[in-house]
Amino acid sequence: MIREGKVFKFGDHINTDEIIPARYLATSDPDELAKNCMEDASPGFGRREDVPGSILVAGENFGCGSSREHAPIAIKAAGIQCVVARSFARIFLRNCINIGLPIVELEQTDSIEEEDYLKIDFNAGQVSNISQGTKYVTNTYPEFLQQIIHSGGWLTYATTKLAPKWVLEGER
Amino acid sequence: MSTEGQFQTLSEKIFSDKAGRAVKAGEYLLLEVDVALGNDITAPVAIREFEKFGGRRVYDPDRIVFVADHFTPNKDIQSAMQVKMVRDFARTHGINNFFDVGKMGIEHVLLPEQGLVKSGDLVVGADSHTCTYGALGAFSTGVGSTDLAGVFFTGKAWFKVPEAIRVELKGQFSQGVSGKDLILHLISLLGVDGANYKTLEFTGPGVDAVSMDSRFTVSNMAIEAGGKAGLFPVDGVTQAYEEARGIDVAMRSADEEAVYSRSLEIDLSTLEPTVARPFLPDNGATISTLAAERIKIDQVVIGSCTNGRIEDLRAAAAVLGDKPIAEGLRCIILPGSQEVYLQAMREGLTEKFVSAGCAFSTPTCGPCLGGHMGILAEKEVAVSTTNRNFVGRMGHASSEVYLASPVVAAATAVEGYLCGPDAAALERLK
Repeated sequence: MIREGKVFKFGDHINTDEIIPARYLATSDPDELAKNCMEDASPGFGRREDVPGSILVAGENFGCGSSREHAPIAIKAAGIQCVVARSFARIFLRNCINIGLPIVELEQTDSIEEEDYLKIDFNAGQVSNISQGTKYVTNTYPEFLQQIIHSGGWLTYATTKLAPKWVLEGER
Repeated sequence: MSTEGQFQTLSEKIFSDKAGRAVKAGEYLLLEVDVALGNDITAPVAIREFEKFGGRRVYDPDRIVFVADHFTPNKDIQSAMQVKMVRDFARTHGINNFFDVGKMGIEHVLLPEQGLVKSGDLVVGADSHTCTYGALGAFSTGVGSTDLAGVFFTGKAWFKVPEAIRVELKGQFSQGVSGKDLILHLISLLGVDGANYKTLEFTGPGVDAVSMDSRFTVSNMAIEAGGKAGLFPVDGVTQAYEEARGIDVAMRSADEEAVYSRSLEIDLSTLEPTVARPFLPDNGATISTLAAERIKIDQVVIGSCTNGRIEDLRAAAAVLGDKPIAEGLRCIILPGSQEVYLQAMREGLTEKFVSAGCAFSTPTCGPCLGGHMGILAEKEVAVSTTNRNFVGRMGHASSEVYLASPVVAAATAVEGYLCGPDAAALERLK
């Protein structure tokens, strides 16, 4: 898998209240959530025309705070290709793996600038900064998580490999 | 020591029990959970996913708990529709543990109180403060809605057995100091990501003197240091709490020789009332430093899954004494459950709060996440016993939240500026 796009840059400890404030949580509709994506970190962000197809780059502990899956859902529904951060908060990382929002942990996010163009090759574990002509090696996921990611998310894995038939058929 | 030659943290012990073999930190496991929790914000997402992926019948309705607590009693049509979706789903699938207005409490106050989670359980909740039940010696952690939907399908969730940070407690709290001050102090030592992916395990001679309600407060905020869980050993204090709910549990703690990624020691007797300044929970400062700044406060909130238990309301009422709250300040009290509400009435606390000029609400998460029941206006400043003080958390993006204990919150409500209890209030706390 390859993901590429122009960079929007954010700082450290971007929390889920900034990614999708609670005042927009009375709905779980992805398109509605997308409009308010990153609203309290960058007002109006979710309605910008250049957001779909872009890449978010942030510092440490991206997605800290609440467990609301509305946060990665809003980012994914806004058309963002991938989130690159120095580190991710645990529940956010888990949610991304579960719903299939591509994320990359990368030490060198400080050297990436707003509007740089990134190309991320997940199979090769490589991030290329086309604008700066640099390349970085990314962390890879352990085997267990790769299985979930490759099956397309936790529910695809759970329904095809784990769930008993009657859960899907309704009759025991 | 569960198997030959292997010493374990309390987290490893609980995961080993559930896996049926000795496991150690770093392993990935697929395990049946004892309880999976959803609320009126997170359960609707799980329900949609369950239906989208073809779910017709939930794997085991008895291990699912739904609590409508965030935007309830419903603040608008959208939130009413969300709860309706959860209510209908619970009915269709025979999920008896659905707690509606009039029966509900804030989820993390309600579940232990009703005996729905117990020591040794493996619990996931689609709410980050699910780590609260670590106070009972349960392994309990916040997950997302997809994980909840996964439990609807399979009864299972995936886990990575976490490394643990050992927090050794010694001494006893001074008068007016409680679990909230301990956890705010600890978060300021660790930082908001200092325990990311890890469990905080509390141990040492000081644990005995930490009450059950204070333990819930401490475990509740483990997530504010990034923690996956915050575990207390199962001791006499836990046993007494569980026994009152008809639950019989054996004492349990980590092996002395267990391997931790880091160890800290805190002498409880040296702690002062501690407050987190805006805009992160690790911005801790002692009340003596902050009181000197005479920060004017517009609103005080006492309640939430962090500090909405009876001991919290007792402390707040004792600090208030017979004094009214300050002119120009609003104070909102939110008991954590119907049971806490009733108990507050029985003890005369409610009358004290209302006579002092406070609003006394039915249980709800409400203002903690800027939902309803006390949203902050532009540039307003609040002192709150809740758990997060992020930008815009309780309302307008220019508003500010100072996180504090019920004692500090009540003292502030009386004086109108951020301060701790005076000598007379400390006397009343005895």
